[in-house]
Amino acid sequence: MLVADNRMVGPCATLLTLQYPGELPDMAAGQFAELQVPSAKVILRRPISIHAIDRAKSLVEFLIQIVGEGTQSLAQLKAGDKVNVLLPLGNGFSYRTTHSAHPLLIGGGVGVAPLLFLGQEFAEHGIKPTFLFGGRNESLILRKEEFTKYGDLFMTTEDGSAGEKGFVTNHSLLLDSDQFDRIYACGPTPMLKAVARWAKEHETACEVSLEHRMACGIGACLCCVEDTADQGNVCVCKEGPVFETDRLKWFN
Amino acid sequence: MVQLNTKIGSLELKNPVMTASGTFGYGTEYADFMDISRLGAIIVKGTTLNPRQGNPYPRMAETPSGMLNAVGLQNKGVDYFVDHIYPEVRKIQTAIIVNVSGSCIDDYVQTASIINTLDDIPAIELNISCPNVKQGGMAFGVKPESAAQVVSAVRKAYDKTLIVKLSPNVTDITEIARAVEGAGADSVSLINTMLGMAIDAEKRRPILSTITGGMSGPAVKPVALRMVWQTAKAVKIPVIGLGGICSATDAVEFLLAGASAVQIGTANFIDPSISEKVVDGIEEYLERHGFSSVQEIIGALEV
Repeated sequence: MLVADNRMVGPCATLLTLQYPGELPDMAAGQFAELQVPSAKVILRRPISIHAIDRAKSLVEFLIQIVGEGTQSLAQLKAGDKVNVLLPLGNGFSYRTTHSAHPLLIGGGVGVAPLLFLGQEFAEHGIKPTFLFGGRNESLILRKEEFTKYGDLFMTTEDGSAGEKGFVTNHSLLLDSDQFDRIYACGPTPMLKAVARWAKEHETACEVSLEHRMACGIGACLCCVEDTADQGNVCVCKEGPVFETDRLKWFN
Repeated sequence: MVQLNTKIGSLELKNPVMTASGTFGYGTEYADFMDISRLGAIIVKGTTLNPRQGNPYPRMAETPSGMLNAVGLQNKGVDYFVDHIYPEVRKIQTAIIVNVSGSCIDDYVQTASIINTLDDIPAIELNISCPNVKQGGMAFGVKPESAAQVVSAVRKAYDKTLIVKLSPNVTDITEIARAVEGAGADSVSLINTMLGMAIDAEKRRPILSTITGGMSGPAVKPVALRMVWQTAKAVKIPVIGLGGICSATDAVEFLLAGASAVQIGTANFIDPSISEKVVDGIEEYLERHGFSSVQEIIGALEV
């Protein structure tokens, strides 16, 4: 695919927009892509969730946190460069079958990435999602204006620079636990576990998107496994990356 | 038209390109990306007598020009393979070879005897070199005596083509190769992964849950090439070369060093259609150099 645009959208995050040749294949929010890295030292592809799509223009956006050599090289791509991409991979959020009417979308750090696409999908079906994002400080909560197009955005920061001070699970929004029928979350594992615990205690359906280290991205190498109650170790790339939290063995 | 066919024991392959165990699933995972029937053979995921959960996550670390894995032979066991996977993979129009692993000699023998009854599995690859399991695996493959012992026990129970996969984590791989040849192996494949380690300095912790793991990818190719070259001179049975092959040129280098066939491993993760490209590339190489058959370049290294 050709790079249409690539620009920094936070202290260490880039927004990479790729042009798909022809009509976009069907993609669900929560699915991901494997991007080949333009660096000789880095051989494995980088799994990156789909941030947003523009069906009319056949564009796919990726919100990428720069953490190492691979993502650094991706951040240096310029408009017109070519990138080899496998997409869409994995299984997305369950919104197409569970039909949540009052969804709460919780994101931490770059974990907000797939939630824009999810917000976009809800909005297209006349549902207004609520976003609750957490970060260390205000600058690390990415793309706030984009999210507020689709729903209300609430925030928590560890230093109190935006929204309420603390973690997402401490936000006053959660005091009324009956206003949401399903939680969709993506972010660091400790945050996802705290969200899953809250959901369990308040009997709210919850699904999370996991970000495991992957190699193949198609269920062949068995590197990115997560232990499940029903099937033992399964590949996050193929069986996930989105899982209902009651399938995961996080609390036993 | 150049002839690409090659022979491993009594097994005829349409071309010398196989996919390495553990890197190609059961083949079907790759059907969206390439025509898997164009391969010479597919070596499916390591199979054991009983189901195995494998090692805990994290199982993978990327290293410069390579990767470490510590999957630990996760599979659903040989009975599941026979009932659920074999009926699917037997439809693929290429040789399907099962990689067999075990914790003790009896495990290997029982698994091999079960696979022996499957008409459309013409060969097994005996894995005596997995570095990621506590019992068995590599323990058998690092000493000539124990390697010969497991191979001769399996030989009695298995009458089709028996390939033995060797570990590079030894002082002299030719010694092990000769021992398994003497015990009745029809072929040896090498190299399995090299024992390695990765550390997260910030956390002062190993990256892999098992601390050490098996290294693969382009970084290991020179070592693999050297071992294939040494082994091909030391044994009469055909050698299958693998270790970091990412292109047709890499594959040709292994053939020149004496391999009768090659396996593509980690490169499948980089480009899921690479193995088909390697088949085309070998054919192109042979045409460009005026050879009529791949047999003409096997062991044709000029020194």
